[in-house]
Amino acid sequence: MTPKAAIRAEGERLLQAFVAAGAVPVETDILQPAGTLLDLYGEDIRARAYVTDDPLKGEMMLRPDFTVPVVQAHMAHGADPARYAYLGEVFRKQLRGSGRASEYLQVGYEVFDRASPEAADAEVFALFRDLLAGLNLRPVTGDIGILMAAVRGLDTSDRRKAALLRHAWRPTRFKALLDRFAGRAPVPQGRLALLDRLKAGSPAQLIEEAGVFVGIRSPDEIIARAEALVADAETPPIKAPEAALLYDLLSLEAPAAHALTHLRGITPMLPAIAPAVDRFARRLEALAAKGVDVATLAFEASHGRTALEYYDGFVFSFLADGLPPVASGGRYDALTAVLGDGAFIPAVGGVIRPGLVARLKGAT
Amino acid sequence: MIRLGVPSKGRLMQDTFDWFRARGVVMKRTGSDREYSGVIEGVEGVVPVLLSAGEIPRDLAAGRIHLGVTGSDLVREQLGEDEVAEVAKLGFGHADLVIAVPAVWIDVETVDDLDAAAAGFRKAHGHRLRIATKYHRLVRDFLQSQGVADYQLLDSQGATEGTVKNGTAEAIADITSSGETLRANHLRILSDGLIHSSEAVLWASRVADWSAGDRAAMAQLARQLGVGSPV
Repeated sequence: MTPKAAIRAEGERLLQAFVAAGAVPVETDILQPAGTLLDLYGEDIRARAYVTDDPLKGEMMLRPDFTVPVVQAHMAHGADPARYAYLGEVFRKQLRGSGRASEYLQVGYEVFDRASPEAADAEVFALFRDLLAGLNLRPVTGDIGILMAAVRGLDTSDRRKAALLRHAWRPTRFKALLDRFAGRAPVPQGRLALLDRLKAGSPAQLIEEAGVFVGIRSPDEIIARAEALVADAETPPIKAPEAALLYDLLSLEAPAAHALTHLRGITPMLPAIAPAVDRFARRLEALAAKGVDVATLAFEASHGRTALEYYDGFVFSFLADGLPPVASGGRYDALTAVLGDGAFIPAVGGVIRPGLVARLKGAT
Repeated sequence: MIRLGVPSKGRLMQDTFDWFRARGVVMKRTGSDREYSGVIEGVEGVVPVLLSAGEIPRDLAAGRIHLGVTGSDLVREQLGEDEVAEVAKLGFGHADLVIAVPAVWIDVETVDDLDAAAAGFRKAHGHRLRIATKYHRLVRDFLQSQGVADYQLLDSQGATEGTVKNGTAEAIADITSSGETLRANHLRILSDGLIHSSEAVLWASRVADWSAGDRAAMAQLARQLGVGSPV
């Protein structure tokens, strides 16, 4: 066991390094309103976060991450541009018997800057690399923006694109939808029966026959979706070559420079990804300028696609065998719009777990 | 002494007594109707403890009882795999934990439809689609494994079927054996909405203190019941 004092000291060292890099230190409450986090992450977060009750404020959660409160504070009264650093406990329920800590320190660095997003991506990554030097960690990078651009550019209905984008962070669901939209998976039996019924009668009449109307989901909403289902059944499958490119993209893992060449190669067939690939190229240039060897830097197009995340562009992790990620981060432009009531600013940042750093350094 | 938790009343108690009696272990409630104590005949080193079926998972997890009879729904909802071991399925108390939606949702037949309807519902109403249940863990694990989003679980400890009609939830996840109550409340089960098939199970606590004498008694009881010994 690494002593808490050693972990705290490691956290302070990293926090001071972030401040020296130009960040303003910020504090956030440990008790966070549950509503915001639930609306953002969905019910899944209840399995990961500790929920408690406040007699006045209602359901509260023990801070499961810093990003949300830091973004909220920035959107409410932040400078533009701004850099922030923080150090404190986060709380995550762990699976029984996993042996993982349910409360630990995180130290983080967040950049809100409109000027040059790719330069900001490289700034955060290089700063983390420098601070973690000597620990023999394996950096992995990704870019969810390329996948999202590819989906937006598909030659299919807006409804199908929206369904895929909504599940970009749930790989299993995403794959199931893509399989169906591409005609690779059969239409489920229940859906076929449903379509037969919908084609046999008008939706309004079917609702009438189904019995007493209960619930606040209105007949208009039901009819609209029934009609959309019929329309979707008549939508042709995503064409095989286009679908193949998307499957290829999902499984793309290569050194970053090589991945760029590959993506440049498929861009003529999937022109919608061109701007995202250009951003990727500019980021690699910015990383190279910071001394990162992009010929060996690991890139995985699906990296960071896990539930309870909000990244929508560059993502990175620093990994050690047998440990949770020692550091991780990424770009979350869309989150600033969600939490900023329409206001928006490009943002990128990451966190380090000082406890794991101290452990790797062999602190006693 | 092995403490065997059995349901203290109703059909579940009678079925449990019958199951044990058929295997030569006779249990009886003693004293007045209000006094929860019992005796056991036909086996040594075992004492029955009459408990509310709903409290048996908690007592197994705390190690206050070594064995207990209760529904698999309650145990799977409340306990982890490392806390209890399944000794025998008892073949009664069958009920299914299912997701049901208003019968008038003619566009929703599967969990996939529910997910899509939830997305539309949230857009139209400004809040996530509410599913009333008391089985939070089982329902959440099921929906998470299926990648369903934009829903919320609403706690309902009773009369769950009525929540849709009362406008406090859009759908429910509840235990049903015949589906009768669901239909009476104008609800319909999703075709792939079976979350858990529950039945009465004899469980062994992995947390309880099993002395050498308890293990010997358990081996004898297991032989008598014709089941594998859990310890």
